[in-house]
Amino acid sequence: MKLPISWLRELVTLPEDATTASIAERFTNAGLTVERIESVGSPVTGPLVVGRVLTYVDEPQKNGKLIRYVRVDVGEAHNDPATDEHPASRGIVCGAHNFEVDDLVVVALPGTILPGDFAIGARKTYGHTSDGMICSEVEIGLGDDHEGIMVLDRGAPGDDATQLLWADDDVLEIDVTPDLGHALSVRGLAREAAIAHGVSYTDRYRMSLPEPSQGGHPIELLTDRCSAFTALTIDGVDPHAPSPKHVTDRLQAAGVRAISLAVDVTNYVMLESGQPLHAYDAAKLDGPIRVRMAEQGETLTTLDGHVRKLDVDDMLITDDRGPIGLAGVMGGEDTEISESTSRIVLEAATFEASSVSRTFRRHGLFSEASKRFERHVDPAVSFAAAKRAAKLLTQYGGGEIVAETFVGEPHPVRRTVKLRAGLIPAILGATIPESESIRLLSAAGVGITALGDSLTLEVPTWRSDLVDPYDIIEEVGRTHGYENIGLRVPTAPAGGGLTPRQWARRDAVRAVAELGFTQTMALPFMSGEDLEKMRLPEDDRRRRAVRIANPLSDEQPYLRTSLLPGLFHVVAKNLSRSLTDLAIFEVGSGFFDTGKLAAPRPALSGRPSDDELRQLDEALPAQPEMMVGIVAGDWVADGWHGPAQPADWTHVVALAERAAAAVGLRLTRRQVDDVMPWHPGRTAELSVEGHVLGHVGELHPSVVEAFGLPAHACAVEFNLGDLLDRAPHEGRIDALGTFPLAKEDVALIVDNDVAAADVEAALVEGAGELLESIALFDVYEGEQAGEGKKSLAFALRLRADRTLTDAEAAEARQAAVDVAAERYGAVQRA
Amino acid sequence: MSGPNDNYDPKQVEALSAGVIDGYVADAMTAIAQADSTDELKRARLAHGGDRSPLALANREIGALPHTARKDAGRRVGEARGRVNRAVAERQAVLAEAELSAALVAERVDMTLPVDIAPRGAVHPVTAIIDHMVDVFVALGYEVAEGPELEAEWYNFDVLNLPPDHPSRGEHDTLWIDPIEDAKLLRTQTSPVQAREMLTRDLPLYIISPGKVYRSDEYDATHLPVFHQLEGLVVDKGISMADLRGTLDHFAKAMFGDVATRMRPHFFPFTEPSAEVDLECFACHGESVGNPDRPCRTCRSEGWIEWGGCGVVNPRVLEACGIDSDVYSGFAFGMGIERTVMFRNGAPDIRDFVEGDIRFSRSLLGGAR
Repeated sequence: MKLPISWLRELVTLPEDATTASIAERFTNAGLTVERIESVGSPVTGPLVVGRVLTYVDEPQKNGKLIRYVRVDVGEAHNDPATDEHPASRGIVCGAHNFEVDDLVVVALPGTILPGDFAIGARKTYGHTSDGMICSEVEIGLGDDHEGIMVLDRGAPGDDATQLLWADDDVLEIDVTPDLGHALSVRGLAREAAIAHGVSYTDRYRMSLPEPSQGGHPIELLTDRCSAFTALTIDGVDPHAPSPKHVTDRLQAAGVRAISLAVDVTNYVMLESGQPLHAYDAAKLDGPIRVRMAEQGETLTTLDGHVRKLDVDDMLITDDRGPIGLAGVMGGEDTEISESTSRIVLEAATFEASSVSRTFRRHGLFSEASKRFERHVDPAVSFAAAKRAAKLLTQYGGGEIVAETFVGEPHPVRRTVKLRAGLIPAILGATIPESESIRLLSAAGVGITALGDSLTLEVPTWRSDLVDPYDIIEEVGRTHGYENIGLRVPTAPAGGGLTPRQWARRDAVRAVAELGFTQTMALPFMSGEDLEKMRLPEDDRRRRAVRIANPLSDEQPYLRTSLLPGLFHVVAKNLSRSLTDLAIFEVGSGFFDTGKLAAPRPALSGRPSDDELRQLDEALPAQPEMMVGIVAGDWVADGWHGPAQPADWTHVVALAERAAAAVGLRLTRRQVDDVMPWHPGRTAELSVEGHVLGHVGELHPSVVEAFGLPAHACAVEFNLGDLLDRAPHEGRIDALGTFPLAKEDVALIVDNDVAAADVEAALVEGAGELLESIALFDVYEGEQAGEGKKSLAFALRLRADRTLTDAEAAEARQAAVDVAAERYGAVQRA
Repeated sequence: MSGPNDNYDPKQVEALSAGVIDGYVADAMTAIAQADSTDELKRARLAHGGDRSPLALANREIGALPHTARKDAGRRVGEARGRVNRAVAERQAVLAEAELSAALVAERVDMTLPVDIAPRGAVHPVTAIIDHMVDVFVALGYEVAEGPELEAEWYNFDVLNLPPDHPSRGEHDTLWIDPIEDAKLLRTQTSPVQAREMLTRDLPLYIISPGKVYRSDEYDATHLPVFHQLEGLVVDKGISMADLRGTLDHFAKAMFGDVATRMRPHFFPFTEPSAEVDLECFACHGESVGNPDRPCRTCRSEGWIEWGGCGVVNPRVLEACGIDSDVYSGFAFGMGIERTVMFRNGAPDIRDFVEGDIRFSRSLLGGAR
């Protein structure tokens, strides 16, 4: 809402020392946040005055132009003294011809600076001294009419044209919150300013609604969504009468375009009272005005020229021909007032807020009227507003009110709220005496009956937001000032800090970052094409994506089932910025469509049953927390210390293992060959305690190509949530073995396709409890291993709570080898 | 006491005479002094103090001497060997020290070489600042609550006192799951977590819930359709606006240092009374207000920066969650994490939070500084 300060001051007398800035601050502190203070006024500086044309001579020039030498009376203070040739005046050369002797014109005298930093001085031209300039609208920045110079209809020679043409004013741009509908009017803001400054306020629109009568244009209310309708018929209005300047100035300052007297007056009164009005050309109305709901298939051409298909939920203004307006939103073309309209029907009606809100949103028809109806227009103001508009219209356009109709509810209900007075300071946490609460509420227009500690409050018709006791508390707090509330930090019961699971997540994320991965956070949306490019089989779980009904982009209508596509796009973004050595990870939710259950909406009459709460949760799809990582380029760049170390699958495996280790778990890796988007020969399944978490490996070359990734890029994706769920919450610290370590190395020859991890597991099992650690230190494939074979060399480290004998160590070693031999045909290398 | 020696042969004694021994010692001293490496010294030690050195041979002769001469000769030889050994030791120390010094010089490396060899990772600034915020509230005794991002309409709107016709339920503001009739959506705030906690936890309740939220919003330099929020909720006996003001003021000072805060009345269906919490502008500290000569871009010369929304929990919400609003009251607040990072650390374009340029994530090196 844009509020010209001059308008505010017209409606309320503020203290003398109140400045625009101080008024703005008080509005902001009362919850009417002033977002901007704008000064409107003339862009011209210097002596811009009114002049009267005394004489002129048209003089043809050699260049074909016809110039006009004009003597202008610019007032005693500015005129050159009279001479034999001419009376006291100034001589000005002018190119325009659209004026006559005695016309009043705008003169920029030397010293004036016009918009565009254009300084006016006396100059010799066409054989005369041109001592100033006669201006057009464009030249002084007033409008866009450049057809000749301005001819004024008011003023006297020497008058300050700046004051005449512009109203210097400050305009507050106020962000009105949805609850304070009354503040979408100058009268509402005037009341707020009065409260904020502790001054009295009298409402210009305090007039009761009349008893219903059909004295004027017949009105029928066929829906209860319209509770009142005033229709005043005004006849004899001069359709060409201009709007008074203070009206157009204020409309312009408030951001509303001036159109014609009738339209300007309805807008002016709407801004002032908060009541939207509409002017119909009475001659174009065909029969009674009926307010009803739209029927299936009806259409309406609105004032903006668009044909609207109507919904049965749309409330309409109709006459015998059909719809002539969307109630509370926009009028129709057919009954619009025009340059020949002299008989006007003025509408001021009360429409249901939610109905108007749905209609204007449905049709995308945001208007000043719909904005106000959505936030509840005072149901008691329609008649007073219509009367004021009619008064202005007849005052400036002639004519008179010839007939009045009012239908609907003449006595809108004033809501009653009961409240314990002590609750106000208790909830605000401030010392506010009951008398102060009562004073503030009275100023807001609330009627109060106090009985002991119990307050019975009668809410004014313009405050639809005051419903509950807490609304009253806010009203007192807001007008008392939140800055007058103290500061206190409440004492919480001793807390347990993060849960073990929350700690585990923090540890896992930090461990992966420490390893060298950088965290990113992509938007969690996905396209169907992403799934195709990942080459997921038809029955893959990741194809069961949740679809968004109104996606931000039609290309990405799904929620991600995998964080990989998003990560691939992040890689592409980095490559496009010449960042090529990449180790990136992300943590976030994936979404899997696990059924089509609708979510219930339990009634709000107290806590829902446990059953209802369970149904709510069951309706939601699975949303596991995933961790993904990708590497490309070099893990270690080429440098003084040695050659580059290309990033490979080991680094993404390390990501998963570090994350698991950080939460106290050890992952098991199993070679798999058919999981997209990975390379069939370079993929492992990750599991913990037999539960599959995800996969890791080099990406499939066709996926690499489809997403434009660097060759041999490697990635990991696993269910972090499942990992965290399995994290042990109590770690163990055992006594440290201090007896000597026995070292036994063993090299085993096995078939090429036997997994190293399996052989290691066999050795671990066979070596038994003496084994302290095991490490694979060599893998050899070649002649000495034999065709189709490989040699795996492990270092076994044994320790016990005594010094092991050579025989004991050898026995453990042999037991380990035996299990590997039995299970995988492993043969000790000679 | 030496006894008489009848077979005394002066010639025999001659080989162990003081003159001869001194000569051996002098030879040894020369060789030791001349050794200029520990290796040469070792050779000199073997030559003049070893098993086959003249002094060692002389020592063996002692036993052949008459009793009366043994004592003198023994003392002489012993002293001589002692002198040689000491000289060796001293020279050894000198040479070893010199050799170590030389070796250390030879082992010099350029200790200013870059060692940032392994890749450097970082958590995202949003992660870092959430951890920081969480720690501030954990220190106050709060606990961290979490909930699903894809939520039931009931949790996101109904239970939070949002009227059925409220515009924010519209497709213009909220991302809905297809089909819309199923009443599921992407949460527009982390408040549904608060409702879930009120419905399930014991009172009193002191919780915060950080997390991802979704809006059907523009994607430009100042808007993201997916961003993070931190919300806080307290439900206890006797909670008031003063508790809210004090808590937010404490939080602001923990995050931004010594800045003032103000609460400005506002409107949210979930809270009543409601307010927005503003931070004193840390760029101009309010000095740009009404001072056109010193405009401030950070606060647009308003002196304050809007940080988040807050208020007293609407009793309707408490009742819908089965909490007796005659006994309990509460407060709630929420603010955008990305905006908070932008206030603290710059980040002029909010799109950088989601585009994934690794330089952005590394800007703060994983810390919440």
